[in-house]
Amino acid sequence: MKILVCISHVPDTTSKINFTDNDTKFDTNGVQFVINPNDEFGLTRAMWFKEKQGASVTVVNVGGPETEPTLRKALAIGADEAIRVNAQPTDGFFVASQLAKVVQEGGYDLVIAGRESIDYNGGMVPGMLAALTGANFVNTCIGLEVEGNDATVIREIDGGKETVKCALPLIIGGQKGLVEESDLRIPNMRGIMMARQKKLNVLEAGETNSRTSAAKFEKPAPKGDVKLVSPDNLDELIDLLHNEAKVI
Amino acid sequence: MSILIYTESEEGKLKKSAFELASYAKDLAKQTGNTVTAIAINTEDTSSLGNYGVDKVLKVKDEKLNSFNARTYADVIQQAAKQEGAKIVIIGSTTNDKYLAPLLAVQLEAGYASNAVALPESTEPFRIKRTAFSNKAFNTTEINTDIKLIGLAKNSFGLKENQSNAVEEDFLPSLNDTDFSIKPESVDKTTGKITIADAEIVVSGGRGLKGPENWGMIEELASVLGAATACSKPVSDMGWRPHDEHVGQTGKPVASNLYIAVGISGAIQHLAGINASKVKVVINNDPEAPFFKAADYGVVGDAFEVVPALIEKLKAFKAQNS
Ligand SMILES: Cc1cc2nc3c(=O)[nH]c(=O)nc-3n(C[C@H](O)[C@H](O)[C@H](O)COP(=O)(O)OP(=O)(O)OC[C@H]3O[C@@H](n4cnc5c(N)ncnc54)[C@H](O)[C@@H]3O)c2cc1C
Ligand SMILES: Nc1ncnc2c1ncn2[C@@H]1O[C@H](COP(=O)(O)O)[C@@H](O)[C@H]1O
Repeated sequence: MKILVCISHVPDTTSKINFTDNDTKFDTNGVQFVINPNDEFGLTRAMWFKEKQGASVTVVNVGGPETEPTLRKALAIGADEAIRVNAQPTDGFFVASQLAKVVQEGGYDLVIAGRESIDYNGGMVPGMLAALTGANFVNTCIGLEVEGNDATVIREIDGGKETVKCALPLIIGGQKGLVEESDLRIPNMRGIMMARQKKLNVLEAGETNSRTSAAKFEKPAPKGDVKLVSPDNLDELIDLLHNEAKVI
Repeated sequence: MSILIYTESEEGKLKKSAFELASYAKDLAKQTGNTVTAIAINTEDTSSLGNYGVDKVLKVKDEKLNSFNARTYADVIQQAAKQEGAKIVIIGSTTNDKYLAPLLAVQLEAGYASNAVALPESTEPFRIKRTAFSNKAFNTTEINTDIKLIGLAKNSFGLKENQSNAVEEDFLPSLNDTDFSIKPESVDKTTGKITIADAEIVVSGGRGLKGPENWGMIEELASVLGAATACSKPVSDMGWRPHDEHVGQTGKPVASNLYIAVGISGAIQHLAGINASKVKVVINNDPEAPFFKAADYGVVGDAFEVVPALIEKLKAFKAQNS
């Protein structure tokens, strides 16, 4: 089985979010970038398929040279090779179109992406990729087994989960549950050394248009101070929630 | 021309989010001189959509569509959009909505703005505000395609009554067999439990509760308030609570009217997922807990004393106010 894991390169979850150029660009100053958490769960599941079922695992990112350390990290975790499509991602459709080319040319059986990336929170790349390539698609995926050409997939639904079956090729939008938190791997020294020898292919971007563009950014208005209520006066809290906030 | 909304239903009944979509679409329709058409799949009664400004309802009835299938549903909505000549298509932010939206966007050749939180700031160019960076910022997105797809974030617009005469029409989509290539096997769903996605109020517990055996009071508080229960990430990682209760940046997003956090410190990743909630109450025995900076109301105190006392007082309040 040939697996492709889509890796989105995102600011670490603790990053302070700021903007530059008149609030039109994300300020990367002092920001540490990581593998998108949803993709890290997917990559770890891919490692399981590699170790237990002999799958090959390629990781891919659409981005500039600055994303290579993130791809190297994925190689150090155990992916066999990496692809970087050399382009600045302008919107989800653009990324999905670039990835569609990689998927079609590489003949992957299984594409693991994340439910959403934590920067733009688009939640659109895997679904669009599926629509563009015609592969089956399951989103909010929390469990995945493959036997031959058949996949059994569990997806999260509001209030529970649903199990579905389908044939490969399959694209999933994954999240926590694909593997557990405790299964995540930190690259060790050996992995990091080996990653240096692995192939990181840079592909030129194909021609595509974006359908949306980010015009500007802003931060939420600063919040007013918290109103503290004494634990001995909880009636006041109820009164505030009822009469002031009007939520109960 | 009309604006098309997809109104989701569950077991034949419209979800509350359908009325928010209708309210939103009606305002946008007034602004742009359009009408509002809703597409409803296997929904019994759609008459209440008329209270929120819907002019026409396309009703689809087909047994093949009894269980949700993202590709077929996207296909049906796409056909409805074509028939209506809709240039703006609006869907919600439920798990199913977010599943089918990118498929629909490709079919419609539409630019898609997910997590939109307001009416478009302008329609020429088409600019709309959405959340980004896990609620740490907003992003105004410009959609450059002829057809626009908007994913409206839950609870971002609210309900607005608008009487109209919703004409019902049967809609017969042509269904493609290959669209059914994903076969549903089973659904495992706690019935009768309020889900985080639908809840107006969410009561959430963190590591400060010390162990799973102490969740009784969280459940009771939730039940008094008619709320859903949730938890912080370590709580689900340790198996104290099921995974589907984990909220935050890497868990479920919460956009309720009221979020009550008990024994949760307020780490940035937790806040990122719950910041869209309107009112936040924090109960924590550490006055320095970062959550107090993000909260509207706070009680500095021991959860094991505050929560049981609050439950009693709420019961009395409910008895008086019902
Ligand atoms: C990549 C990444 C993603 C993450 N995603 C998420 C996410 O999606 N959601 C999430 O929640 N976390 C997430 N986290 C974890 C997050 O950083 C915090 O570790 C976590 O939110 C802390 O959980 P907590 O507040 O329950 O526990 P703690 O931080 O241990 O806080 C417990 C709180 O309880 C209080 N307390 C103790 N005893 C009492 C008492 N008797 N009465 C009242 N209060 C008491 C303490 O004062 C303290 O503030 C993520 C972390 C990483 C690195
Ligand atoms: N630039 C990118 N390169 C590779 N994969 C991406 C990129 N952007 C998004 N993805 C994948 O698509 C998923 C959803 O991203 P998004 O649609 O941006 O929320 C991510 O979790 C990744 O798996």
